[in-house]
Amino acid sequence: MFGKGGVRRQTMLAGDVKAMDFLPTAPLANLKLRARLLRRLREFFDGRGFLEVETPVLSADTVVDRHLDPLRVTLLDDPREPQVGRTLWLQTSPEFGMKRLLAAGATAIYQIAHVFRGGERGAWHNPEFTMVEWYRAGDGMPEGMQLLADFAHELLGMGAAQRLSYRQAFLAHAEVDPLTATGLELAEVARRRGLASPPGLDVADRDAWLDLLLVECVQPHLGQRRPTIVYDFPASQAALARVRDEDPPVAERFELFVRGVELANGYHELLDPDLLRTRNARSNQLRRADGKYTLPEDSRLLAAMQRGLPPCAGVALGFDRLVMLAAAATDIAQVLAFPVERA
Amino acid sequence: MGVYKTSDFRKGLKVQIDGEPYLMIEMNFVKPGKGNAMYKCRLRNLIRGTVLDRTYKGGDSLESADVEEIEVQFLYRQADNFVFMDNKSYEQYELTAAQVDDNWKYLKEGMACQMVLYNGNPITMSPPNHVTLKVEYCEPGVKGDTATNVTKPVKVETGAEIICPSFINMGNVIKVDTRTGQYVERVST
Repeated sequence: MFGKGGVRRQTMLAGDVKAMDFLPTAPLANLKLRARLLRRLREFFDGRGFLEVETPVLSADTVVDRHLDPLRVTLLDDPREPQVGRTLWLQTSPEFGMKRLLAAGATAIYQIAHVFRGGERGAWHNPEFTMVEWYRAGDGMPEGMQLLADFAHELLGMGAAQRLSYRQAFLAHAEVDPLTATGLELAEVARRRGLASPPGLDVADRDAWLDLLLVECVQPHLGQRRPTIVYDFPASQAALARVRDEDPPVAERFELFVRGVELANGYHELLDPDLLRTRNARSNQLRRADGKYTLPEDSRLLAAMQRGLPPCAGVALGFDRLVMLAAAATDIAQVLAFPVERA
Repeated sequence: MGVYKTSDFRKGLKVQIDGEPYLMIEMNFVKPGKGNAMYKCRLRNLIRGTVLDRTYKGGDSLESADVEEIEVQFLYRQADNFVFMDNKSYEQYELTAAQVDDNWKYLKEGMACQMVLYNGNPITMSPPNHVTLKVEYCEPGVKGDTATNVTKPVKVETGAEIICPSFINMGNVIKVDTRTGQYVERVST
């Protein structure tokens, strides 16, 4: 295995691959499937009276999230000084632009957008990917989940979606209450189950332990026979969802899982700009603690919310993953013409 | 000594964990949409061959392992030690029988092998994928017995036993795949 001949062969192979990496990684059949699914999803929304919109991919504003790292672009004025100019962000989702349209009177909109997330590359991740996002004014969480279930049925044809609260999902598959357990108790569950947990993961970081248990113990069971929608997330993972004041409080957030894959994330949308300001400040505080760059907390979304966002629910869905599931692909490169290595 | 950040993690990386060298044989990036990025790694201990699963979070890092692969030739066996020589520097390296493991079966004097050095010390070696060995002893083949699925053990020049088809005779030279330990073909009679 360490043979010199072997090494030389590998080098030659790498050279060949380099020379051939202009080629797409997706077979033509999968590119055709992409096009077909795009047509069907447009039919789905057009048939329900949704308006297809386009909002800027490059914006002064960006979602402030501890775990989303948007790519920064300098909008140069003088090509002789390309590093001088306004800082803009490649959008991690078209959320802000779409909500500004809702605040301006739009009632049912969808968008098919290319979005960007730094550092994300794996079997199910590419830093640039296609997101389908939709909003409908007047929807609460039940209506939002129903629309998502209809979408999954129409596009994947796996039958009616099952609904499971985040708490039920954890009780069933990790045997722990995710809303009340302490970080120490969650860490103990991980240890008991023999999970390889990240060295030095802080026991005070409940959400990190919940993520580990979700990925390792819960998610693989979700959506195996029919799509599963998980709802009522821990309040600490509300992102831009409303928190319902219960004991314990829960975020009105819902996610679609199909065959163990996280496919879509939806919110009964947060309307209160003051709460968003508080969450933005908190996210930046966590980013700083993680040693990451901070993100602008003020935005035109806040101005729109100040003016009044209609009550609504919205969903963001990873289109490439939808194609992967339809094609039974195991790597996102199989459904992308050119993944980032060949971009 | 270099440091690999999670963003550098990939299959084939050689890293150091708890003072031992590991080869990253699998790496999976997982991340809930709004959650923590995790890097699930499967690592093989380059000394003991054991496999370790470790998960790291974004921003973690691993030290690179000072692992070098060199070409050597096998010189001779001395009690429980096997002595090799670096083809370039002519420096001699010794491995214990435990480090050589099953590969003793294929070692003939002068054979070109690969050796792995960790912090300058030899830890493992591997023979060529195929070696030819002379049959020193076996039960005679039964005349007329040409069924290919009938096999017998033969003793080769290194003292190892190899399972061969029954038509192999003493004095034959056979080719053996060192990765599986299996007979490949008869080279000469």
